[in-house]
Amino acid sequence: MPPTDNALILELKNIHAVYGKKIHALKGVNLKIHTGEIVALIGSNGAGKTTLLKTISGVLPAEQGDILFKGRAIQNIKPHEIACLGIAHVPEGRKIFPRLTVLENLEMGAFSRVDAGGIERDLRHAFELFPILKERRGQLGGTLSGGEQQMLAMARALMMKPELLMLDEPSMGLAPVITDKIFEIIAAINKEGKTVFLVEQNARRALSVASRAYVLETGQIVSEDNAQNLLNDPKVQEAYLGV
Amino acid sequence: MFIEQLFNGLVLGSIYSLIALGYTLVYGILMMINFAHSEVLMVGAFVGLAAYTLLAPPAGGWVALVLVLLVAMTASGLLGIVIEKLAYRPLRQAARLAPLISAIGVSIILSNAVFLWVSNQLLSFPKVVPEQSISLGFMKIGSLQILIFFTSLILMAVLHFMVQKTKMGKAMRACADDLTTSGLMGIDVNKVIAFTFLIGGALAGAAGVLNGMYYGSIKYNLGFLPGVKAFTAAVLGGIGNIAGAVLGGFLLGILEVMAAGYLPNGSQWKDVFAFVVLIGVLLIRPSGILGERIAEKI
Repeated sequence: MPPTDNALILELKNIHAVYGKKIHALKGVNLKIHTGEIVALIGSNGAGKTTLLKTISGVLPAEQGDILFKGRAIQNIKPHEIACLGIAHVPEGRKIFPRLTVLENLEMGAFSRVDAGGIERDLRHAFELFPILKERRGQLGGTLSGGEQQMLAMARALMMKPELLMLDEPSMGLAPVITDKIFEIIAAINKEGKTVFLVEQNARRALSVASRAYVLETGQIVSEDNAQNLLNDPKVQEAYLGV
Repeated sequence: MFIEQLFNGLVLGSIYSLIALGYTLVYGILMMINFAHSEVLMVGAFVGLAAYTLLAPPAGGWVALVLVLLVAMTASGLLGIVIEKLAYRPLRQAARLAPLISAIGVSIILSNAVFLWVSNQLLSFPKVVPEQSISLGFMKIGSLQILIFFTSLILMAVLHFMVQKTKMGKAMRACADDLTTSGLMGIDVNKVIAFTFLIGGALAGAAGVLNGMYYGSIKYNLGFLPGVKAFTAAVLGGIGNIAGAVLGGFLLGILEVMAAGYLPNGSQWKDVFAFVVLIGVLLIRPSGILGERIAEKI
């Protein structure tokens, strides 16, 4: 699905990041995401995928380089300010609030919003996308199953009304049938106009839903192409698709 | 006799609970013990006394009580914010021992500042509302005790409502669950942390005034004992757990009053029991009564 609008929403220029004061986790990453795309980032464990998302969302400030969100440099501002600009980061391991109810979790997604009517509308929409969350709205987040927690994490991120949704390993630890469901919803969210940046170890799944993808190895982008070409690339097949 | 002692224990315990809430709220979010909390309580008591002397009608009364409480709570709450900003926030990324030492430093600074610039003497603290004895037939209780008990309960009810129902309260709980993810949700965590110190400090300020009324006098070093006892109460209930702080405070108050009343020479030993409890809890159940067994937060 080619992007209908070619406007850049996110651009990374020569991003370097250091993890735990010692590990040079990102070594000059360049990356572009256009409005309306689903872009996947694939790579093995420890390649720096999670670090890259953390650098974009401000949790781990970049040592060097520029991050432009809709043309605006965001590498030096705080995570909550970046979130308010329209980037929602669903972290690895869901990170829902375990001692808050499902509804309270969703309310926290809308924390910085003041449009009460819009929040109400988005809450109804979240319950349409994830009917199980409506059933469980009064339950504590920590009591949900892994798949339900992933749905809650995504619904909570959507409550932020983001323009760019970044998902870190949404399929991690989930049964295949639940993973199918999650990826269906990712495609549906994208159709509604959200740009999606998807980080996955499950490369086949990621490439099946994405329009373009980057391959990250030891902190560097080693390959970039449309998803179909990468699926057919012998090197990618050997390294990430288990062919 | 027993019922009267029980009520006395609840009264004392309600003061411990108010203080313990401040420890537990801060610990819940930052995983640090705010050892300057007892001095915030002490400053609250002095500000309360100043407010009474300068502003309230000499005869006291309910209006005076509300006024004294509000001024003391505001001052202590703001002091809490200032302490966090100056002494803890710069050390947020440092090793966990660093803010602890900083807290002890703040505590020493505050008690010495009051010692040097305000008074090194025992100052008498007014009852604010004229005291009378009320007989319920089977027991006699002082109006002061009733007042302390219900003031504490009202403050706890307000806190409960705030934490459960308001947006800021929910954000506090979200931050206590996961600070980093709260930031990703667009929550300004520094604001929430400052707000937590405001609330904890305000409760300590109220406790300082109630404690002053209870004992009838205040001194620059008055914070230490109730501070350490309330810390014990927070640990007993399960530090980080709000209901646990309230429960621990009441249990400790009752235990102290009962032990003082019924053990031989108990009243001379009354300050020892809290520490025995602290050691006992740390040995037997370090997570406290309502605390969850969570490993080191990652």
